[in-house]
Amino acid sequence: MPRARSDRASLGSALLWLGPSLLLIFGVVLYPAVELVRASFSRFSITGLRLGDAGTRNYQAVLEHPLLGTVLRNTLVWVVAVVTLTLVLSLGVAQFLTKDFWGRKVVRWAVIVPWAASLVITAKTFVMIYDYYYGTLNLLLSKLGLGPVDFLGSSTWILPSMVLVGVFVSIPFTAYVFVAGLHAIPQEVYEAAHVDGASPFQTWWRITLPLLRPAVLVAAVLNIIYVFNSFPIIYVLNDRNPGFTHDTTITFMYKLAFKSAEKDVGMSAAAGVFNVVLILLVVLVYLRFTRWREQTR
Amino acid sequence: MTAGVKAGPPLRAEPARRHTGWRRQRRWVLPVAGAALALVFLAPYVVMLLNSLRPSGDVVRTPPTFLPREWQLSTYAQILGDDRFLAWLKTSLLVATASTLIVIAVSVPAAYYTARFRFPGRTAFLLLVLVTQMFSPTALVVGIYREWFNLDMVNTYAALILTNAAFNLAFAVWILHGFLASIPKEVEEAAHLDGCSRLGTLRRVLLPLTMPGIVTAVIFTFIAAWNEYVVALTLMIDEDKKPLTVGLTSYVTGYEQHWDQLFAASIVAIVPVVVLFAVIEKHLIGGLTAGSVK
Repeated sequence: MPRARSDRASLGSALLWLGPSLLLIFGVVLYPAVELVRASFSRFSITGLRLGDAGTRNYQAVLEHPLLGTVLRNTLVWVVAVVTLTLVLSLGVAQFLTKDFWGRKVVRWAVIVPWAASLVITAKTFVMIYDYYYGTLNLLLSKLGLGPVDFLGSSTWILPSMVLVGVFVSIPFTAYVFVAGLHAIPQEVYEAAHVDGASPFQTWWRITLPLLRPAVLVAAVLNIIYVFNSFPIIYVLNDRNPGFTHDTTITFMYKLAFKSAEKDVGMSAAAGVFNVVLILLVVLVYLRFTRWREQTR
Repeated sequence: MTAGVKAGPPLRAEPARRHTGWRRQRRWVLPVAGAALALVFLAPYVVMLLNSLRPSGDVVRTPPTFLPREWQLSTYAQILGDDRFLAWLKTSLLVATASTLIVIAVSVPAAYYTARFRFPGRTAFLLLVLVTQMFSPTALVVGIYREWFNLDMVNTYAALILTNAAFNLAFAVWILHGFLASIPKEVEEAAHLDGCSRLGTLRRVLLPLTMPGIVTAVIFTFIAAWNEYVVALTLMIDEDKKPLTVGLTSYVTGYEQHWDQLFAASIVAIVPVVVLFAVIEKHLIGGLTAGSVK
């Protein structure tokens, strides 16, 4: 039977078709993960040569780092603030973008720009926008009589300033996920609600929001991963400030290996292992959520 | 997500009969609100454009102004004649193109096979791809650096290209898997009956039908590689081997401040990808959320 033959396949031919993918995934995605763990138990010279075993010393060094608490708190604030604000604002943007109006195509195109543009370049532009002396934002604030604010140089303002850029670049993708979710809601449901005399608010609260739940979950988890891993915004906006006071765990890890005075690859790798474990935990939660959704369907 | 209540008043369109006034008004209220929204998202890029059209000294001059005091178009000609800029541009083009070619060459067979056949390990493979999508090069950057260091490949295009290809493979596999799975099996069987080999069927029948998916995967991979920052920042040491994202930042350092060139180069770097992105707008969500929606 030709059907049976084309449906079933042997492991051998599977390896032939999937081989290149597996090679790339194992060789360049999973192997670095192994290298990361190996490096976290090693000592390195400043030029990057492996000197020998370090036991758990690198992990201890990370856990005993005087600024670890600050870095963890920054990370928590950064992830929670950016993800929450992004989700809330994106919902508004998405509902607006699903309306029918003149020029909608152009607006959708404009919303896509921060998503397509390189994050470093956007961040560099924001450095100029936020600048104390020459920044556009301070020009605007001065005109309103609110005086110039040192957005990137004051410890009060730097985190909110970074969060704003984080939200700005996360909205496009999130709004698009919600637009897709809103399109997936069948029109008949709204018609039925209308026939039953539901008010616009009731319709939104009892129909739109619950039916959008899968999209919200997907957007939330993907955003947590992206925002947690976000590097360019913090690295670029925080560039002029010394030390780790305004870093998240990701930029902290990077600076340990490549930018700090110590250039401590082993300690950075240990910090990296902590990061990966944290992300994997999020992935597990994510997979659990999706399974949960299928059960309830 | 109860906080969403604050986000919007009930925005759902109301039946026309009850609110004739609003119906008349929304014809101009919505486009005006749309223009405002568009302006918010374009604002930083407008600043970028305006700053690229003024001399560097005018960018950093108090008091600041919205519009250039002095317009200067020559910066664009200047950077396009700058050897450093051309080298960065070359690297970006080379790395993005090569990564994209590898991703397509590797993901098409994998997506085809998993969409068409049941075999032991199929679920495991798809799960592996899904998990890869969750890994970011940023989190693994130290491990990536160690791998290429051990292979003595730090500061090589090959290392940057392979890393970009590997981390963008998952998206391509997912989106192509979705496209290929939606093509009815009968199409393929008809081709078989007409004497087409398996590879021939893939090339002559399935690939043309999957073109929108391939275009999406191509553009998405190209843009992701074009915009990649942290791996290039770590691996590429020679000034002329850096891609645009990393190179650009050296226009403004402690030693030199060429703001005009930084912003002009930024415009040159983002305009092509924004246009490409707009082309595939419709298909973007499908691939990014495929793993979870299906």
